[in-house]
Amino acid sequence: MSDVVEKTLTALPSLLSLDSHPGSAKLSSTSKLGNLIRGITELTSKHEEEKLIQHELLAIKEQVSSPNTTMRQMKELMVRSIYCEMLGYEASFSYIHAIKLAQQGTVLEKRVGYLAVSLFLNESHELLLLLVNTVLKDLQSTNLIEVCMALTVVSQMFPKDMIPAILPLVEEKLNHPKEIIRRKAVLALYKFYLIAPNQVQHIHNKFRKALCDKDPGVMTASLHIYLQMIQENPEAYKDLTPSFVTILKQVVGGKLPMDFNYHTVPAPWLQIQLLRILSLLGKNDQSTSEVMYEVLDESLQRAEMNHNITYAILYECVKCIYTIHPKSDLLEKAAKCIGNFVLSPKINLKYLGLKALTYVVQQDPKLALQHQMTIIECLDHPDLIIKRETLELLFRITNGQNVTVIVEKMLEFLCISEDDHTTIDLVGKVAELAEKYAPDNEWFIETMNTVFSLGGDMMQPDIPNSFLKLLSEGFDSVEEDRKLRLFAVNSYIPLLRGEPGKLPQRFLQVISWVLGEYSHLREDLEPAEVLSLLAKLLDMKNSSSETKSWVLMAMTKLCKGGADASVTQEVSETYSSSLDTVLRQRAHELQYLSQDPELRARVLPRGAKPETLEVDSSLSFLDRFVSEALAAGAAPYKPPHQRQEELDQSKALSLEPYGLSLPISMSSCSITDRQSPTLLSMSSGLSGDSADLSHKGGSSALKLDGIKRVWGREGYLAQREPVEEAAQVEVPSPIQSPGRQGEGDSLHSQTPTQTPTPEPEQEKQQLASSLFVGLASQSSVSLMGKSEPMPQRFRRKAKGQGLGSSFIANEQISSSLISPPSAVDNLLCNNLLDSNNASELAEQTSQLSQSLTTANGTCHAEAELTESDTKGCNPALRRDNCVVAAGPGPHNDPGRLTEVCLDSYLPAELSGLSHSEIAPLCANQSLNLSACHVQKEDSLILVVFIMNSSESAIQQMLLQVDSEELEVSCLCDSPAGEVTSHSVAVGQYSLTVTRPAVHVEVVGTVSYQLPAGTSQSLQFSYKVPLTSFIRPFVVSTEEYGTMWLSFSHDTKQNLTLINDNQEPLTATLNALKKKLQLHVVEVIGMEGIVACRLLQDLPCLMHCRVNAGWLAVWLRSPVPDLPDCLIYHCQRALQSL
Amino acid sequence: LLFSRQGKLRLQKWFTPLTDREKKKVIRDMMMLVLARPPRSCNFLQWRDLKIVYKRYASLYFCAGLEDKDNELLALEVLHRYVELLDKYFGNVCELDIIFNFEKAYFILDEFLMGGEILETSKLAVGVSMEEADTLQETMEEYMSKPAY
Repeated sequence: MSDVVEKTLTALPSLLSLDSHPGSAKLSSTSKLGNLIRGITELTSKHEEEKLIQHELLAIKEQVSSPNTTMRQMKELMVRSIYCEMLGYEASFSYIHAIKLAQQGTVLEKRVGYLAVSLFLNESHELLLLLVNTVLKDLQSTNLIEVCMALTVVSQMFPKDMIPAILPLVEEKLNHPKEIIRRKAVLALYKFYLIAPNQVQHIHNKFRKALCDKDPGVMTASLHIYLQMIQENPEAYKDLTPSFVTILKQVVGGKLPMDFNYHTVPAPWLQIQLLRILSLLGKNDQSTSEVMYEVLDESLQRAEMNHNITYAILYECVKCIYTIHPKSDLLEKAAKCIGNFVLSPKINLKYLGLKALTYVVQQDPKLALQHQMTIIECLDHPDLIIKRETLELLFRITNGQNVTVIVEKMLEFLCISEDDHTTIDLVGKVAELAEKYAPDNEWFIETMNTVFSLGGDMMQPDIPNSFLKLLSEGFDSVEEDRKLRLFAVNSYIPLLRGEPGKLPQRFLQVISWVLGEYSHLREDLEPAEVLSLLAKLLDMKNSSSETKSWVLMAMTKLCKGGADASVTQEVSETYSSSLDTVLRQRAHELQYLSQDPELRARVLPRGAKPETLEVDSSLSFLDRFVSEALAAGAAPYKPPHQRQEELDQSKALSLEPYGLSLPISMSSCSITDRQSPTLLSMSSGLSGDSADLSHKGGSSALKLDGIKRVWGREGYLAQREPVEEAAQVEVPSPIQSPGRQGEGDSLHSQTPTQTPTPEPEQEKQQLASSLFVGLASQSSVSLMGKSEPMPQRFRRKAKGQGLGSSFIANEQISSSLISPPSAVDNLLCNNLLDSNNASELAEQTSQLSQSLTTANGTCHAEAELTESDTKGCNPALRRDNCVVAAGPGPHNDPGRLTEVCLDSYLPAELSGLSHSEIAPLCANQSLNLSACHVQKEDSLILVVFIMNSSESAIQQMLLQVDSEELEVSCLCDSPAGEVTSHSVAVGQYSLTVTRPAVHVEVVGTVSYQLPAGTSQSLQFSYKVPLTSFIRPFVVSTEEYGTMWLSFSHDTKQNLTLINDNQEPLTATLNALKKKLQLHVVEVIGMEGIVACRLLQDLPCLMHCRVNAGWLAVWLRSPVPDLPDCLIYHCQRALQSL
Repeated sequence: LLFSRQGKLRLQKWFTPLTDREKKKVIRDMMMLVLARPPRSCNFLQWRDLKIVYKRYASLYFCAGLEDKDNELLALEVLHRYVELLDKYFGNVCELDIIFNFEKAYFILDEFLMGGEILETSKLAVGVSMEEADTLQETMEEYMSKPAY
């Protein structure tokens, strides 16, 4: 025990005897800590300990909050609560007191206070803000220790946005005469650099000064910063290489003071730091590397003592040598070093040697050969960690010849490993190796089987996916493929006959897929037997629903009618009432397909090979269809990116007259109605994929080029290609894109268990063609039954806005807009009008409604469908409802030409409000587009004016508006349909911000048809400054206070003050209020608090303080980018004054 | 990340922000891993994506979590250095010293490591700064007791 502590302890009794009152309190609390600790050590059960601590905490709490507790006692209390916290008990009540202690206490108490703060709080804790002032004060203190403490706590944790406040002070400390302060200041800056690199940019030259500091400690500290900076950008610091080399030389040469020696090694930490920097600098750079050869050689030689620390240096040296531009004799020495490591009897060194070897073999595999025997020994080492490292090493040197052995070793290790993390890692590696180097089929399948059963459900999902991909794509020869698959089937059957309950879910999924696809390859195997095996899987208690749906899918592929029917019938009946919608869907598929062998044969032909899916990239087979569609008035093909935009926008307004899309639907109906719901849902899967593709914007064309991506995000993607064809051709009419988009979105929200079904060419063709005709909308209906969350949203929204009006589903992808109800209607009325199919319609509708209700399990669905059904029966009425020709106001005046005052077209209810200038957006020979935004109290309305400047009427006009940052919802009446010559149509959209940006942009497309029958479209974009969305936010000061604490995103900045004789703060705030519509909550002295909200209700709070001629503004909001955007606009507003 | 224990936690210090729950989980895992290690095995462990370096001093285990690029042996020496420092400060350090003066152990650690990086490798310097603080402490004690006379 140190004498200091002893002194302290001996001082206590004397203190007690002399001054009983305050002293006794202190002593009792000191001994209380002792008592507490002793008490805890003596306790036997966890429960007792808990009770004791709770009791203790209560006592602390009471004392802490009592006003007459002195700082001294507080210190003791803090220590106790730190102790309790360390044992894992919550002592959050003491946090605030810890800060208080750091604020008010004397040096000693401060220290405990700071310690408590640094242990209790983390970087994002809100109470830290309270600490900032204390730190500031202490940094300015003349007391060395106080400064030290402040710097320590700063480097430990400091709120990012408060850095500017103390940065100058810390910078100042770089010139402090005491080296300890300089050192700490450098490290504090290092910390700042880590959390906010751009804020310390201006002091980079000061770092250089620190590097040249006469005190080695400061220099060492500055190396941390350099290491970090060089890691990010090695080029910028090449010029410092000679300096680093010189420093290292001096260190190695023992030029540093003795007290930096550690076990007679001069400043090892410093050396290692330097070596790391050098290796970063010398990487792939011969000239820089040359500078350091000499010193590296020297360190290698010097570091030949028998101590851990020298080994550490050696290890670092070796790594460095192998990283930089190679030099042969250094490499030789390094290799010798590694040899020593690996051969060392010390286990730590062995470990390190293996690590070094792993690192090195990537450059020089021969080195591993020298140590073959050692490596083999290591493999049998009792320590798992060593084994693991060895395997890692082996993994690196695997090739075609040794793969079997290595994988065998790895699997062995897998069997005994218990750690999840290791297992996942290793399973991935084995799978990778097996795929890369597999010598033959049997081995591959066997290995993968082991991997699946060992890896279980923890493994990455891409492993089974790529395995199945491999199986289905096959190798070069057909015979090989057949063998491989047959072998797979052969190996799975006994597994299933055995105890499938023990196999992991993932493996079962793989098995069922393979059996479904390839079990027919084995002639002696009765499908019925496979079916019953699969059915057994279904009955297992621990099968997950995902697995079950895989199994069901496999059964769908297998069932042949006849004898199998009973099994399938039973299964499909069981699961068609399942609560899981996916399962139910599959069960229905199974049911229909098993009853209709002809259909089944078409949908799921036996032995379809994926490689037959040669994609006709010119899509010639679709030419006829395209020309038909074009003749029927479809828009010509547009590249995906363009279409993407349109897709996004088309939903805004789907008040398209249904009659116009009729021809296309008719042509499609013939296909449509032949198909069963299963097919429909498949095509919906397709369209989902296609929507998915188009989300990726333009990537579809790329993917098409011979890449076989069989497995993807959505599951099996054999259908992808036809989809792409579909996507390539064209959306015949904008109206169906809503449906497609909708499915895309709903599919994303679905679990990725798509049918793994390879489709034959003709089937694909069919699907493709069925996809992009009116079918898309139909499948959106079946989708409603498919994904549970979607229909609910659909229904809710549809009810809110009425069927037929469009609505928004703001998906994360591109805030795409969907309007399934209108799509449904569309379909229904199309069908109605198509007299040929009238009878089929009824059947179909009932089918749909059936699947809808069964799938949803709610009676709402049926009601919903009937509703849409009845509406669909009256298409004329529907059209009246949803098609509003042209905008309000008298505008059929043909005499009015381009100079019309569009003002007058502003809808009546908006005309009284302030609106922005009406800005022209775009124009062509027939259309003029302009827009403005109108500021309403609680919303921002975007008004788009579409003026027909041609002599003829424009038909089938569709306006789509969308934005990445905004939620765009269409207000009541939107322009659609026909715009007669020289008239103006007006569209209104209410905008709300979802992602703040300085300027938000709305993009839109108008597509229309000239009477001549040609379709055209116009694109436009419209920028709205964020300020237009700002509204005052009336809160009380108390509310403000609570909100302030709860908001997490903030930013700070100094703004200029307005000086016009008045009180500058008030003047500035008033100016801001006027310009930006902020609400000034309260002004207290030199501080003011302001609040505003962004439509609809994204609040942002602003705290302003006058500080040295500047207005220090601090903004907080729950929305990420809002404070930054707002500060920008504040700056702009003040500049413009 | 640095903490030491012997079945029971004695000291913990976190250099990366973590939530309390994560901390508890990490502590539990580490204890299980480290305490299960047989004697005379390697001092390094792999845990998730961290490398654990631990060393046993008498009844205390000192553990540190490292990132992948860090040097294990070096960390081992850091631990050793810390123990040396404690030793120097407390005279012949024992577990009880750390238990009862854990705040001092924290202070030493603070002087030694700052923000997870080595601050002061020179034993002397740490010692000096500790002594400075302690003399201050003593004078404070004296100062506080003076009014009593």
